[in-house]
Amino acid sequence: MTTLPSRLRFGPDGLRRLDVASRSLAGIVGGYALAAVAAMFLALALPMPRAEAVYTATMMSFAIHAGAFVWAFSVRTRRVWPGLLGPTLLLGGGTWLLHGLQSGAPS
Amino acid sequence: MKDGFRQSMAWLHSWSGLLLGWLLFAVFLTGTIAYFRQEVTVWMQPELHGSIPDAGTAERAVERMSQLAPDAAQWTIALPGERSPAVSVSWRPADAKPNDRAALKRATLDAGTGAVLEPRETAGGNFLYRFHFELYGMPREIARWIVGIATMAMLVAIVSGIITHRRIFKDLFTFRPEKAALRSWMDGHVAAAVLALPFHLMITYSGLLLFMTMLMPWAVDLAYDGNRQAYFAESGFRRAPPPPRPAPQAAPLTPVAPLLAEADRRWADRGGVGSLTVTNPGRANATIELRPAESDSIGRGAATERLLFDGVTGRAQEVPAADPQPAAMATGNYLMGLHLARFAGPGMRWLFFVSGVAGTVMVGSGLIFWVVKRRSQRGRADTWGNGPEPFGHRLADRLNIGVVAGLPLAVAAYFWANRLLPAGLGERAGWEIEVFFLAWAAALLHAPLRPSRRGWAEQLWAGAALFALLPVLNLATAPGHLGNSLPAGNWLLAGFDLTALAVGLLLGFAARKVGRNAFAGKTVPAPVLPAGAVVEEPT
Repeated sequence: MTTLPSRLRFGPDGLRRLDVASRSLAGIVGGYALAAVAAMFLALALPMPRAEAVYTATMMSFAIHAGAFVWAFSVRTRRVWPGLLGPTLLLGGGTWLLHGLQSGAPS
Repeated sequence: MKDGFRQSMAWLHSWSGLLLGWLLFAVFLTGTIAYFRQEVTVWMQPELHGSIPDAGTAERAVERMSQLAPDAAQWTIALPGERSPAVSVSWRPADAKPNDRAALKRATLDAGTGAVLEPRETAGGNFLYRFHFELYGMPREIARWIVGIATMAMLVAIVSGIITHRRIFKDLFTFRPEKAALRSWMDGHVAAAVLALPFHLMITYSGLLLFMTMLMPWAVDLAYDGNRQAYFAESGFRRAPPPPRPAPQAAPLTPVAPLLAEADRRWADRGGVGSLTVTNPGRANATIELRPAESDSIGRGAATERLLFDGVTGRAQEVPAADPQPAAMATGNYLMGLHLARFAGPGMRWLFFVSGVAGTVMVGSGLIFWVVKRRSQRGRADTWGNGPEPFGHRLADRLNIGVVAGLPLAVAAYFWANRLLPAGLGERAGWEIEVFFLAWAAALLHAPLRPSRRGWAEQLWAGAALFALLPVLNLATAPGHLGNSLPAGNWLLAGFDLTALAVGLLLGFAARKVGRNAFAGKTVPAPVLPAGAVVEEPT
């Protein structure tokens, strides 16, 4: 048996599987959520005509997802979820603010 | 610390690559063939092989259209060229809506005589093209999501693979085919990946972009309150304005020969005139629009130069200038245009094809490496998994056989079905596809029933024979065989036969290697890794 990569090693086998499952979920679902919220934020924030901002933001979102996915497998376990959810919430808040401002009626 | 990171990346690379690797292999293989989908379709319609274009082809086609569809609102005539020997025509009946593509009537004309040809019913290269992003027999949207997810896994595998093999250019010049199985598979995988790395990155990212509104609709839906049509309209993805209504007065169409001569001079370096569109033929407000055979711009949807003429007087008219694309859309369309390669002339098309083959080899060798590595970890004598083998390794190996060796076999079977099924068979196109899936299913079922090495050898030999004999099948069933196509310089048909022969020889070479067990006994007990190559993963 080979040794496990140190950052993926997490105690006994069961815990390691849990760790891998958690990182995979973070990469797939968390990474997609971050990419989706980043796309929405950039679509409102980029200083371009609306269609171009939407297009640019959507185009960039795939790189963000892939980057988040790889990142979820490269850091220590305890940093994975906070590191993905934090920016997602921040960007979500920013999107909410911008959307409210641009709609003219902050709710 | 550094090594821990790269080991994590190696782990991510091997698993993201493995889990969707079989699907990715199929997508790469069929997508690569799709670069020649028109040529494949022509090969699969021998009834078109006798069509030989000459200087009068376009005029004859216009003449024929005035008999076939005198009252149509619009004719579109695609002239023969390097990718098709026959004339493809379509027309929109006067009572059909301008954007209703289903209402279009189609026909194929002999380029030499103008006669209507009745080619056999086949999905041709289009089936392989559609399969590479919509699979088959399932709702289109679901299939596109599945392929989209696999494409994202591919992007993750590429990024983590680059990190794993950060000294890629050093590794590139490391090929040791005579060394242990493990190393040569690794070297082959890295070579196929690095040689065409820009292509792999482009094809993967642009593959995601082609589905971007489906995969990532959130920005559009937020900024446009869910009104995607408004977004498409603002993005410049506008539909062509409907053509003017036919004028009540009849008027004869101007002779097309002088217009074509002028356009052919202008577009000498772009294959001459590729297609004609005649709007309101036979009416006083008829127009004739000409387009070149090869676009001068790579970007998808980018405006191609056209020439517009009054259809009665033959005088040139001004072409309304297309709006330039904004930078963002131009960037995306450039990438998607590269993916589709519709702009590519023959040389460029071959380059894309070869890059696609490299991608297919990259995915296939990566899948095989996953198994070979685990076998070498179990011991030097078990290169072929003859000893007890964990179920997961056995499953991966048999899937590898059924996909990496079985899919080429199924593609060859599809071509054989095209010639062996009776030309007049009902639902013929569907039967050809049926044969493709039956052959693939047979390969997937055969693999677990045989010892690993036998399974590989038998399926590779079967694929080799089916491909290498395709030129013979063509000789027996169609006029466009090598004996005629080579002397005539017909590279469209000769290209298919010669490529099939080359694929057959390559598969035969692989089968012979497997059969002679070239790698057996040479497996090093503990792989000595080249500097920089991380192949350690947990099992």
